[in-house]
This record gives sequence, structure tokens and C-alpha cells, in this order.
Amino acid sequence: MNARDFERKMRGPRGGAFDDRSAEAAGRLVEEAASAGLLDVVYAEVDSPFGPLLVAATRRGLVQLAYPDEDRDEVLSGLAAKVSPRVLESPAGLDEIRKRLDAYFDRRVRDFDLDIDYSLTRGFVRKVLRATARIPYGQLSTYRLVAARAGSPRASRAAGNALGSNPIPIVVPCHRVIHSTGGLGGYTGGLERKEFLLKLEGALD
Amino acid sequence: MAGTSRGVTGRRSTHVGLPPFQRFLDEHREAVYRFLVASAGPGEAEDCFQETFLSALRAYPRLRDGSNLRGWVMTIAHRKALDAHRARRRRADPVEEVPERPAAEPGEPEPALWRAVRALPDGQRGAILLRFVADLPYADIAASLGCSEEAARQRVREGLKRLKERVG
Repeated sequence: MNARDFERKMRGPRGGAFDDRSAEAAGRLVEEAASAGLLDVVYAEVDSPFGPLLVAATRRGLVQLAYPDEDRDEVLSGLAAKVSPRVLESPAGLDEIRKRLDAYFDRRVRDFDLDIDYSLTRGFVRKVLRATARIPYGQLSTYRLVAARAGSPRASRAAGNALGSNPIPIVVPCHRVIHSTGGLGGYTGGLERKEFLLKLEGALD
Repeated sequence: MAGTSRGVTGRRSTHVGLPPFQRFLDEHREAVYRFLVASAGPGEAEDCFQETFLSALRAYPRLRDGSNLRGWVMTIAHRKALDAHRARRRRADPVEEVPERPAAEPGEPEPALWRAVRALPDGQRGAILLRFVADLPYADIAASLGCSEEAARQRVREGLKRLKERVG
């Protein structure tokens, strides 16, 4: 064996020879990390009538829910930068949230009853979202009312912007907020999604 | 402010540039697994893999520089393989002396060569594996082994020489 042959052999198998085995090992890592208390953010895809939603949770609760058209890498990078870089995929870790979302889309529940982690938001935006989270299933509120509940009665436009940046749509029900004139207003996920959700809840014919 | 402040802003600034851990794992898992099969042996690769990425996950938020994650994770993997070697030596486990596998393991087409590699002295084995399996540049190998670049090159040369004597 000459030196070059030898070095080639030394370089070992290439081209994904350990792809399957390392993928299985990486899958098991999530369980090990969970028992070691090292999972700061877990995420998974959850099926919905809109397509697969990207759902992320911390120990405190649901932290983000992204519609299928949002850039997945961007969402995860945002979580890494703003919450913790310990972000791991864990379908099992999102089971409870998946069950609640399924039940909601099947009209089996009217309340998600989920813990929410608002740490992607701050200040006025967080207040607006907390106020929005209290709007009951199937009922409508207005930008003006939500602004008032967030402590700034004249800031209905700012409240609209805050809802537009809602990191947890559907569960923090920004779709239940419309104009006081009766117009549906906007929706980040697209107005047809707002209508779909309001019809699902029986708030719209 | 970064690093000293425990406020949200201070914590944030230390994360800049670090990809989500899942992406880091997906990018390096195959290379780390391959490295560990070569360095710790097929039987211990799985345990070393878990320990490597658990250590990485533990230290990840404190990592200041995300520009050389491959070198960083290979250094951890190298240490875990070294631990496995030392544990086996303490057990006086004759596993490397006996040709216990007549057929090659999947993904290990040159069992005799790899057994010879694993029988090298620690320094040479580490240098050889980090160079030819992990594909690290000598600067990173030196950092991993805690020696100079020249010493790392020397260990690779000596290791190759010894392997050629043993394997052919």
C-alpha cells in the first residue's frame, strides 16, 4: 500500500455513510437532553387546516406559532437569538399542544387552556396580547377596546400593529379583534384565515 | 455589557451568530458519528455521541464565537473518545487485542486499520483522527490537543509511520 492509498483509507467512509445512524442518535439526544434539563426551546410541526404550523414552547409555555408561509429557518433563528440557542426539535415535547390544537380545529374545545410564554414580546405589545388572550371564544372585540384594556384607549392603530406582530396567532386570538366600524381589519396570516377562524368559532356566518 | 449583564439585552448579545442547536446538530452529527466510530470504536460510538452533544448543549449558550463550530464539536468528541479509551484501559478490556469481528462492521471497511489506529498512543491517535477523519486544519488540531501546530504535524507524521509499519 503506498502513502496515497493509505491516506485515502484513513479518510474513511464518506458521503453520508453514517447518516442514518447519526440521525437516530440525534433523535435520542432530545430525550437525554430533556432528562438533563437542557431543553430551553422545543419545536415541532403540527397539522392544521392551514397546513403544517411550526409550534415552539419553553418550560413556561407556548412561545411561538408560525403559519406555513413563514420562513422556518428565520423563525428558529429568531428563537435562538431572543429566547435561547438551545433549540431542539421534539415532536413528543409538543404532544399536549398538538392535542389542544386538534381539538380546537375539530370544534371539540372552546378554550386552549395552555400556558403562554410572552417572552418574544415586551411593553405595549405584550399588554395588547394579554388583553387579547382574554377575549372569549366566538366573540369579537375591537382594536379600540383592546387598546383601552392595554392601558392606552387612544392607541387603536398601535394595537393593530401589535396584533400584526403576534407571535402566537390562533391561541392568542388576534383574529377576534376587528374594527369598531365592523370591518374585519387585517390579519398577518391573510384575511381568509381570519375569516376561517371566525367561521369555525361561529362568530361569522 | 455583554457577559456581565444578566438582563435580557446582555444575555441576547452573547447569542448573536449562534444557530439554533438543532441546525448545529444536523450539520455536524454525521461527521461527529464518523469520527467517533473511528476513534472510540463502533461499540462505543453511540454513547460517546450522546455525551459529546450533551456537553455541547450544556455549554452552547455560553459559547462566544460561533465561527468554528466544527472545530469546537470535534474537540469535545475527541475528549469523549479519549475518556472512553481511558475507561477501557482501566477495565483492562482486551477488546482491541482480539480480532473479535471476523467480518467488517457496516461503515468500517478497514477493521484492521482502525484497530491499529485505536492502538496508537493518545497523542498520535488524536492527531491522526482529527486530521484524516474530522478534516480539521492543523491550527484546530493543535488547539484541540493543546499543543503547537508543529507538534500536531509531528504527531501525524509519527502516527502514519507507525501505522504503515503495522498495517502495511
